[in-house]
Amino acid sequence: MGGLEEMKTIFNYFKEIYLGIITLLKGMKVTGHYFIRPGDIVTQRYPENRDTLEIADRFKGEVVMPHDEENFHKCTGCGICEMNCPNGSIEIITKREPNEDGKPVRMIDKHIYHLSMCTFCGLCVKTCPQDALEFSQEFEHAVFDRNKLTKVLNKPGSSLKKKEIKK
Amino acid sequence: MSEEVKNIIVGENEEYKINMGPQHPSTHGVLRFEVTLKGETVDELKAHCGYIHRGIEKMCEKDTYQQIIHLTDRMDYLSAHHNNEAVCLCVENALEVEVPERVKVIRTILDELGRIASHQLWWSAFGMDLGGLTSFFYGLRDREKILDIFEESFGSRLLHSYNTPGGLMNDIHPNFQKRIKEFIPYFRKKLPEYDDLLTNNVIFRNRTEGIGTMSKEEAINWGVTGPSGRGSGFACDVRKIAPYSAYDRVNFNEILYNEGDTFARYKVRMDEFHESLSILEQLVDNIPEGDFTAKMKPVIKLPEGEYYQRVETARGELGVFIISDGQKTPYRMKFRSPNFSNLFVIKELAKGLKIADLVAISGSLDLVIPDIDR
Amino acid sequence: MSMNIYDMSTITSAIDTSLKANLSPFWAITTELVLVGLVVLTFYAILGLFLVYAERKVCAVMQNRLGPDRVGPKGIFQTIADLIKLITKELINIKNADNFLFNVAPFIVVIATFMAIAAIPFAKGLQAVDFNIGVFYVIAVSSLGVVGILIAGWSSNSKYSLIGAMRSGAQVISYELSVGLSLLSVVIFSGTMQLSTIVESQADGWWLFKGHIPVLISFVIFLIASTAETNRGPFDLAEAESELTAGFHTEYSGIKFAFFFLAEYINMFIVAAMATTVFLGGWMPFHIFGFTAFNHIMDYIPPIVWFFGKAGLMVFVIMWFKWTFPRLRIDQLLTLEWKYLLPINLINTLFIAFIVLMGWYFK
Repeated sequence: MGGLEEMKTIFNYFKEIYLGIITLLKGMKVTGHYFIRPGDIVTQRYPENRDTLEIADRFKGEVVMPHDEENFHKCTGCGICEMNCPNGSIEIITKREPNEDGKPVRMIDKHIYHLSMCTFCGLCVKTCPQDALEFSQEFEHAVFDRNKLTKVLNKPGSSLKKKEIKK
Repeated sequence: MSEEVKNIIVGENEEYKINMGPQHPSTHGVLRFEVTLKGETVDELKAHCGYIHRGIEKMCEKDTYQQIIHLTDRMDYLSAHHNNEAVCLCVENALEVEVPERVKVIRTILDELGRIASHQLWWSAFGMDLGGLTSFFYGLRDREKILDIFEESFGSRLLHSYNTPGGLMNDIHPNFQKRIKEFIPYFRKKLPEYDDLLTNNVIFRNRTEGIGTMSKEEAINWGVTGPSGRGSGFACDVRKIAPYSAYDRVNFNEILYNEGDTFARYKVRMDEFHESLSILEQLVDNIPEGDFTAKMKPVIKLPEGEYYQRVETARGELGVFIISDGQKTPYRMKFRSPNFSNLFVIKELAKGLKIADLVAISGSLDLVIPDIDR
Repeated sequence: MSMNIYDMSTITSAIDTSLKANLSPFWAITTELVLVGLVVLTFYAILGLFLVYAERKVCAVMQNRLGPDRVGPKGIFQTIADLIKLITKELINIKNADNFLFNVAPFIVVIATFMAIAAIPFAKGLQAVDFNIGVFYVIAVSSLGVVGILIAGWSSNSKYSLIGAMRSGAQVISYELSVGLSLLSVVIFSGTMQLSTIVESQADGWWLFKGHIPVLISFVIFLIASTAETNRGPFDLAEAESELTAGFHTEYSGIKFAFFFLAEYINMFIVAAMATTVFLGGWMPFHIFGFTAFNHIMDYIPPIVWFFGKAGLMVFVIMWFKWTFPRLRIDQLLTLEWKYLLPINLINTLFIAFIVLMGWYFK
C-alpha cells in the first residue's frame, strides 16, 4: 500500500500547484479589470478644479463671525466662547464705550482667534448665546508667516446689530 | 556608521541587534522594536513606546466634561467616535440621565460605520506591509465614501467631536440615511474583490497561516481583546457581554475563530465587515424621531465616586474610569486602552520567527500607536 | 520572402564596406566599435527613461489613480526630472566603508546588463554580436549582476544592506538554474544556441505554438524564474521597503542609486527580450497557418515593431505580477525554487528530449 500513499502525495503536489495558480490568476484578474477601465480613476486634479469643488455645508474649515451688508455682527463680548474653548484659542478683548443713548456699555473690541491652536471641536459655535460664530468652508490655511494664523474675527468699523424690540 | 560597527554585538551565538526604529514604514506610528536576531530568526523582542505621549489623561483633569470630548478623539483616531461615546456614556450613567432613543440608534450607526472605516484602513495597510501595494489604494478608495458621509453630517472626516454628554451636538443631515443606503450595496460588491486580491491568494496564505499563533490562555493572560483576541477563541465582545446604546436590539453574530494565527485574526476582521453591514441594514431605516440631545445643565458636575464604562472599539475593549470629587472637572481620568495590551503580546509571539513574519504579526494585531501612549 | 525589404544587414554591411574602403582595418574596426557602443548607450538611456515612466503609469491605472501628470503633457518628462534630481544629489562617502568596492558595485551591475543587450536580435541583421552560443552567453552575463549586488551590500558596512544582499544572493543563484533549464527546452527543439538562428527557425510558427504543452510549461517557469532573477515583483524582498528600508542599496545616493534603479529596469527588459526571442518568435510576424492574405499584411509591419511589441507585452505581464501579489518570504522563495520549479523543469526537459526524438511536435 506504500504505492498508494506515494500516488496520493504526487497527486496532492500537483493539485496544490494547480490551486495556487488559480488563485494567483484570480488576483491578476482584479487588477487587470481596473487596468482596462481608466474611467474608474478617482484622483481629482486639485488646484485646477477649485471652481467645481463641492464642499459639504457643515465642513469645519475655520471659525468666522458673519457680518451682514451694513457691517453688523452679533457678538456682545460676553466671553462664553472663551470660557468654553478647551485650549485657549479664543481671546476676547472688550472696551467700555458710550452707545447711542450715551450710556457707557461694555462691547467687543477684538475677538482674537488663534487658528494655529484650534482643534475644531465646535464648542464655541455651539455655546454662543447669540449665534455669532459659525464655521466657514475655507480649507487652504497654509501660510508662510505664522502671524497670519492669528485672526481678529470682528471686522474694523463693525458693531453690534441692535435687536428690534417687538412692540 | 562607525558607531553601528561598534554596536554590533557578535556574541558567541552570532546574534545582533536591529532597531525597527520609530520611523519605519510598517510600524504604523512611532513605535520602536529592538529586535535581537540570529541570522534571520528573531530571538528576543523589546517594544519601546512613549514617543507620542501627549499627556491626554492629565489634560483631562483641567477640562470640563464637554471639553474632554475633543481630546478623546485623538487617542485612537481611527475609532474616534467610539472613544467619544465611551466618555459620554460614562458621564450619562453617572448622572443617571436617560438619552433619547434617537441618540442611541444614531450612535450605534456611527459606531458601525467607524468600525468599517477602521477595518478598511487596516486591510489597506496590512496588504501594503506584506508587499501587495494595490490593496492600499482599493481599501482607501472605498473608505472615502464613508468619510464623505461623515463630512456631510459632522463637518470633519476623521475627528468628529460629535458626541456630547447628553446626546449629540447637532442633528444628522437629511441625506444621511440615503447615503448609507447607497453605500451598503456598493461595498458588498467590493468585498469579493478584496477576497480575490488577498484572502484567497496562495502567497498571502503562506505568509499568514500558522504564523504567530496565540492560544486562548495567552490571549486572556495578556489581556488581548477585540478582533485579535477573538481570533484565538476568546469571546470578549463588549457588545455582547455588556450591551450599550442600541446593541441590545440588533441581531449580529460574534465572530470567533479558534486557530489563533495571523490568518484567523485576518478572517475575524473580514467577517466583521459583513456583520457591520448587516447591523447598518437593520438600523438605517429605523431611526426613531425625537430630540438629538437630552436636557443637561450647562455645567456638568458628577457626584463624588468612581465610574467605569466599557465600549468595543474597532481594536478591542476601551475602558473609561473617572474619579470625581464633585467638581466640574474630573479628579482623575484613566483610559484602559486596547492597543496597550495588544502590543506587548508580540514579545511572546515573535520568538523563533523571521523578520518578515514580525511585520505580518504586528500588522494583524492592528495597532494604532497614539492609543498606546495617549 | 517579403521580409527581405526590412533586412538590416544590407545597411550594416554597406557601412562596413565603406569604412573598410576608406580607413585602415584597425581604424575601421575601432570606428565600428565606437559606433555600436554609442548606439547601444543611447538605446539604453532612452529605454530606461521610457520603462520607468511606463511602470509608473501602468501601476497608477491599476490602482485607480493618475500617475505622473504634471511634468510635461501627461507627465512624460517626469523621469527626466527625476534623473536631474538624482544627478544633483550629494554623493555621501561612508566612513569605514570599503570605498573602492563601494564605488565599483553600481558599475558592475550596469555593465552586466550592457553586455546582455549586445546579444539580442532586434531585427534581421540588427544584432551587435552574434555568438553561436548566444543563449549561454546571455545567461552567463546576466549572472554577473549578482556579484554587483553582493559587493554593494558588503561594502556598505551596514546591517540592513548586508541582510538584503545575502538574501538577494541566495535568491539569484537559486533561480539561475530554472532560467537556464527553461531556455534549454527551446534549444533542444531548435538544435542551436545561436539567437539569430533560433529566431529564423520560428519562421513557420513560434515555438510557443509549435512545441505545445512542454514549451508552455517552460515558458511559465521562465517567467516566474526570471522575475525572481531580476529581484522584481513578488520576489523583491532584497529591497523590501516595508521591512528593511531599502536593502542592499540603502547607503547609495544620487547617481549611484540611479544606476541600480536603471539596471533593474533594463534587466526586466532583457528578460522580456529573451522570452520574446526564444519563445515568441523574436522579430517574426504573427502568421496563422493557411490565411495567406492575413500573413501578407502581417509581413508589412517592420520586424522591429514586432519585436518591441512582443517585448512590451512581456514587460507588461511582469509589471502586472509586481503590482498584484504580496511578497514571498525568503524561505518560501527558496522552497518554491528547489521543491517545485526545479523538479518540474527537470522532468519537463526529459520529456522534451523524448518528444524531439520521436518527432511529436508541429514542424
